[in-house]
Amino acid sequence: MPVTTIADREIHVDDDGFLTEFDEWDEGLAATLASNIGIGELTEDHWKVITFLRSDFKENGETPTLRRVSTVGEIATKSLFQLFPKKPARKMSYVAGLQKPKGCI
Amino acid sequence: MKRLIILGAGTAGTMAANKLREQLDDDWEITIVDQDETHYYQPGYLFIPFGSYAPSDVTKTKREFIPRGVNYVSATIAKLDPEADSVTLDNGTELGYDYLVIATGTHPTPSETPGLDSPEYGKTVHDFYTFEGAVALRDALATFESGRFVINLIEMPIKCPVAPLEFAFLAEAYFTEHGKRDNVEIVYVTPLDAAFTKPVAARHLGSMFEDRNIELVPDFYLERVDAENRKLISYDEREVDYDLLVTVPVNMGATFVQEAGLGDEMNHVNVDHYTFLSTDYDNIFALGDAANLPTSKAGSVAHFAMDVFVPNFINYVQGLPMRERFDGHANCYIETGYNKAMLIDFNYTTEPLPGKYPIPGIGPFSLLKETEANHWGKLMFKWMYWNMLLRGKNIPVPSHMMMAGKERGAS
Ligand SMILES: Cc1cc2nc3c(=O)[nH]c(=O)nc-3n(C[C@H](O)[C@H](O)[C@H](O)COP(=O)(O)OP(=O)(O)OC[C@H]3O[C@@H](n4cnc5c(N)ncnc54)[C@H](O)[C@@H]3O)c2cc1C
Repeated sequence: MPVTTIADREIHVDDDGFLTEFDEWDEGLAATLASNIGIGELTEDHWKVITFLRSDFKENGETPTLRRVSTVGEIATKSLFQLFPKKPARKMSYVAGLQKPKGCI
Repeated sequence: MKRLIILGAGTAGTMAANKLREQLDDDWEITIVDQDETHYYQPGYLFIPFGSYAPSDVTKTKREFIPRGVNYVSATIAKLDPEADSVTLDNGTELGYDYLVIATGTHPTPSETPGLDSPEYGKTVHDFYTFEGAVALRDALATFESGRFVINLIEMPIKCPVAPLEFAFLAEAYFTEHGKRDNVEIVYVTPLDAAFTKPVAARHLGSMFEDRNIELVPDFYLERVDAENRKLISYDEREVDYDLLVTVPVNMGATFVQEAGLGDEMNHVNVDHYTFLSTDYDNIFALGDAANLPTSKAGSVAHFAMDVFVPNFINYVQGLPMRERFDGHANCYIETGYNKAMLIDFNYTTEPLPGKYPIPGIGPFSLLKETEANHWGKLMFKWMYWNMLLRGKNIPVPSHMMMAGKERGAS
């Protein structure tokens, strides 16, 4: 696994830059990650998503899908596209320091 | 007398019934319930639209595969009450159990997407994930001469996640072979960010769409279908026009699973990924597509899983530890058209790698590479399915994933 330096810290990431170690993330890092992908300021609505993602991952060991964020986290899919434009599934996981959502092949 | 009920007599439920009847002694009463008298060989749905399989190739009577000593009940499961250890059927019958196996699969559900379940379904909107859908699509393809032919995977997870890709490749070959390719634009619309998302597969196969002149529309998360104006509309308000739409609807588990509080947001049963035991009840297991395992939903997975489940179950009911652990092993042939196919093999932790896949007697097959041998492998699978797999006979393929023949550290 590659190691990179983000906000003066050594962080383990995968080939696409997603964090691979749950515990290397903190709230300060989230702001840096967000600005890396062009999200200016993390609002309360962003934090609601991030908090849900992290607690759900902690419980289930998997990055939740957009559907799960909407049905279990009660955050409308439409608003996820406003908060994390174009690629919400990837972007929200990236900022929350979770593994990249999986396809099959 | 101990009572075991298996819900669903599809691939997984039928295999489990055969294997468990063999292993459990006579003081076990085994009952299997299904709403349908016909067993469908679902991998065959892929070939029906192109006329390479007849509808009759993929159907047989379910009871043919249910062993003696297993009660077959033909009814729809209406309700499960896990607190009372009881299942209610649509005819009002109540069945009590000591142990329950849920194997009711996952099913295309067009009503999950606004506008999809419209009067256009079966006319300009088709699917190949159901028997009826595949047959109707065959007729639609025969008369489709020109225009935008759009394939849309709406949302993951779906069963056989490679089937939409295979369908795109086979359609490309079909239109070419029928002399219509120049007049048909093929478009593949997916919520994923690429056709192939795993790094090694992406590097090996990334050019397959370009080579075939199939247009890719990635990151498209469908919000609704405007069937009247023949448009797909995404959550971020992008539009894709079509003349003929082949949709892969959202796949959902059975509603009784949700109502019983056992399911995730897609009604797939929450289970331990290594033993398939429900995370909520200690006398309920879920097998096959019905379980929310983080691997592909495929017949091959259900088959490999059986070698873990059966010995574990026998131990478990005697109060002994479950010693076998499932590794998420999946093994899928991917049809690529023109009588060729690829093979992929992976598990929870190892992505599909290139190399060779040894099968004693008939292999080796090439991994991540198009060959004719792989295509014949896929076609042979139908025979194995009807004659060996469903009946619980052993197939000479190890159930855990093996690294033998694979290129380690491939990139
Ligand atoms: C187009 C297509 C191509 C595929 N290709 C491949 C392939 O190449 N290789 C591969 O390995 N897999 C493939 N698959 C996937 C494979 O068919 C499934 O993974 C497999 O059948 C799963 O078995 P199962 O027993 O979990 O579910 P199923 O076989 O779907 O069985 C579920 C059963 O439960 C019954 N049921 C559901 N709800 C109820 C209810 N409420 N009451 C009573 N009965 C109920 C149904 O009638 C059904 O008989 C493909 C699938 C499709 C659709």
